[in-house]
Amino acid sequence: MSEKRKFNHINKNEIKVDGPSILKGKPVYTDDFDFPNALHVVLVRSTYPHAKIKKINTEKAIKVPGVVEVLTHEDVPQKIFTRAGQGYPEPSPYDSFILSKKVRYVGDPVAIVAAETINAARTAANKVEVEYEKLEPVLDFKKATVEGAPVIHDEEGTKDIHDPKKNIASHYEMEVGNTDEVMNSCDYVVEKTYHINTQLHAMMEPHVSISYYDSNGRLVVITSTQVPFHARRILSMLFDIPVRNIRVIKPRIGGGFGGKQAVHVEPYVTAVTLKTGRPARMVLERPEVSMATNIRHEMEFRATVGASKDGTIKALSLDGLSNTGAYGEHALTVFMVAGSKTLPLYNKVEAVRFRGDVVYTNLPPAGAYRGYGAPQGLFALDCVIDELAVELGVDPLELKQKNAIKEGETSPIFKIMGEGTEGVEQVVRSCKLDECIEKGRDLINWDEKIKDKEKTGKKVRGIGCALAMQGSGIAKVDMGAASLKVNEDGSVNLHLGATDLGTGSDTIMAQIVAETLDIPVNKVIVYSSDTDMTPFDVGAYASSTTYVSGNAVMKAAENLKNKIKEKAACYLNTNPENIGIKNQQAINKENGEKISFSDLFTKLFYTFEQEQLMASSSFVGNESPPPYLATFAEVEVDLETGKVDIIKIISFADCGTPINPIQAKGQLEGATMQGLGWALYEVVKYDRRGRMLTNDFFTYKIPSRRDYKKMECYLVDSYEPTGPFGAKSIAEIGIDTPIPAIANAIYNATGIRLRETPFSSEKLLMEILKKEI
Amino acid sequence: MKIKLTVNGKVHEVQIDPGEMLLDVLRRLGYKSVRRSCDSASCGNCTVLVGGKPILSCITFAASVNNCSIETVEGLSNIKELHPIQEAILEAGGSQCGYCISGLTLTIKSFLSENPDPTEEEIKKALVGNLCRCTGYESQIKAVKLASKKLRGEKK
Repeated sequence: MSEKRKFNHINKNEIKVDGPSILKGKPVYTDDFDFPNALHVVLVRSTYPHAKIKKINTEKAIKVPGVVEVLTHEDVPQKIFTRAGQGYPEPSPYDSFILSKKVRYVGDPVAIVAAETINAARTAANKVEVEYEKLEPVLDFKKATVEGAPVIHDEEGTKDIHDPKKNIASHYEMEVGNTDEVMNSCDYVVEKTYHINTQLHAMMEPHVSISYYDSNGRLVVITSTQVPFHARRILSMLFDIPVRNIRVIKPRIGGGFGGKQAVHVEPYVTAVTLKTGRPARMVLERPEVSMATNIRHEMEFRATVGASKDGTIKALSLDGLSNTGAYGEHALTVFMVAGSKTLPLYNKVEAVRFRGDVVYTNLPPAGAYRGYGAPQGLFALDCVIDELAVELGVDPLELKQKNAIKEGETSPIFKIMGEGTEGVEQVVRSCKLDECIEKGRDLINWDEKIKDKEKTGKKVRGIGCALAMQGSGIAKVDMGAASLKVNEDGSVNLHLGATDLGTGSDTIMAQIVAETLDIPVNKVIVYSSDTDMTPFDVGAYASSTTYVSGNAVMKAAENLKNKIKEKAACYLNTNPENIGIKNQQAINKENGEKISFSDLFTKLFYTFEQEQLMASSSFVGNESPPPYLATFAEVEVDLETGKVDIIKIISFADCGTPINPIQAKGQLEGATMQGLGWALYEVVKYDRRGRMLTNDFFTYKIPSRRDYKKMECYLVDSYEPTGPFGAKSIAEIGIDTPIPAIANAIYNATGIRLRETPFSSEKLLMEILKKEI
Repeated sequence: MKIKLTVNGKVHEVQIDPGEMLLDVLRRLGYKSVRRSCDSASCGNCTVLVGGKPILSCITFAASVNNCSIETVEGLSNIKELHPIQEAILEAGGSQCGYCISGLTLTIKSFLSENPDPTEEEIKKALVGNLCRCTGYESQIKAVKLASKKLRGEKK
């Protein structure tokens, strides 16, 4: 049931509140701030994938003119922690140190150099002499648990590592019903193995942090982060500084995609500031961003689907292996999401099973990345169902649609699987997946193209589809808060912890306040992500900002509205119930007498019932309403070269009410392009010693403007009753579908199933030659 | 060594290290809109205009543009108003994190001055050296088309 709701400021393409300053080139990103006295910090990094540090000789480095400090593991606290930016206690293994006595991947930090100039720091870093005792590395995640494999985390004091002796960081399993039994009773069973490779975030702004003591002796850290409050807590714990003496500020940042949902740089600058008393600045170079922060969890799934001959999917099973690299931040949670945000899509099964191990390797640590496990799980799930359709002789789109979850339904997995813990039972209150499917099917001309494959000479076209869901925050875990105060001109200051990483959250929050109070958006002054000045927020991840932080903002605005009504009632000599709010005025509905907000707020400052009107609220979701997505891909395969060209990729999404349609669409478009790159162009390669070779934009190919022909993204009309003005989320889901949709399209075009990403021309050509098409 | 740079019409006489890149000199002079992203001439984020043509400032020696006229985005707008290209980018949703935007804006400016009414293909080709990870490029194509209309006076 689609309803058109009339809003004044919601579902409107307001210009981003930070837009003009960014377009004008104002100094708003972390590295744009001048700190003339700041030391430049550079890290010495391991050149071996697995080794014990026997000795570090810093003599020559210290002698370089301009060098102030060279710190090794002996000079920094040896507290064990997780870098992951998650709620406390974090559901990730505690297996990391600021500087460890052992190195576990090529790029692992070994020493911290601080100098007056960046050149002195780099020169000195090259003069630090490290004596290693080399150890055998594990460079293949399928060999991590093999008998006799070297143990990567053998140190004392680790926590929550499932089985360190076998390099298993995390393990998870769950089952509903008896999967094996139900599978055996099915008319059709398809079992296939899918492998999805790692991926780099490749955000345009490299990681950067600046730390300094303010005039009150408090530590201030300005940093490009998605998680300022988690960063504060982690720094407090690592360095034994009370939280009250630390301030973390996130200014404008240049993208993250999950790559900044961890503390990558902050501990190093903090260590220097603590030691020297001076400001410290560290900017990662692009190769460091690529190989020494976090990457995507590489995964392999054995997917099994069982169905009856009428096309009802009765059982599903995903057996997985995930590569978490050298350290385990986000290890368990990403793996769980591969099941929790995919399997509920096909909720009519009698049995479902999800299990697997997350293993350590001596490769760069994996971490949070848009989609957070769902794209990996969906590749396996969607494609195995697509393959089932072939066995059944039915249209894959029809098969998926028939078995997909509908509005009003639920899945037992919602309750069983959360992120790192149990989940929360919920009923799907809004799901316009059917409309997404119908509109997409129409636009790409599915019914015609699925039957008649276009072939011109040696080029053949095909189409494929994929369906997805995600979530909106982690129910009963993610919390956001906001506060408001009024000014004489009828404007309000909005302070909130929620983190805008270019996503436009500052803007949509202003729109939410504007709508609630019926004031123009430009009268809402937003300030966000400063742990001193703004209330708590978990940060930007799990697609939580619009739904969780947005609800907090809406509730704070409603609280403020009530206070305005009370004061206006007092002034207009009536009761608050008689006061209406419209167009920046409070009106007595009985006699039409009114007072403007600016008039009222001015009087409230100076002459009448003096009070600073303020209001605040927190919000934590009781559920995590999923957005839904249907993606259709049309590819053209050159049978002589194996090259895959994207002719068209079309996505229709249900994100509830889009607070700002252009921004919401922008999230979907960006995520789709990122998924497209992952499917076809983005390959991470290591040398035989585990050193990442593809660590810059020459060698790691993110999509350019000419790498696709047509991409069209649309939002369907929907309304989520528990969301702020009906909103859900949109930020991640777009990246879930391109890989399966393209794989399915390649099959449709050529009859070849590629079950390993990326879908390179070499791979496809080999298969084409084998099949002699 | 000393060089002379005219940036957005303002003359700077500046002491540089011979090995310094234009990007760092410009940032030292306060033009923070010029930013480092890949540091290897493969993303276009650091683009500035020299003699009206886009160049990559992260690999251009400052000394090599001695006595040249340079444009950065700080020169495009004044205190009150945005340049039509900047307006168009905002209206079309072409800026998310914004980190690629300075370089992109200047490339667009140079391109539209030579091709005031481009096709979509021509836009994609001209801007192929400006990578963006956030937007997926579609909104930026719309932005360029809108900007071209504004510059031709067909739209405000």
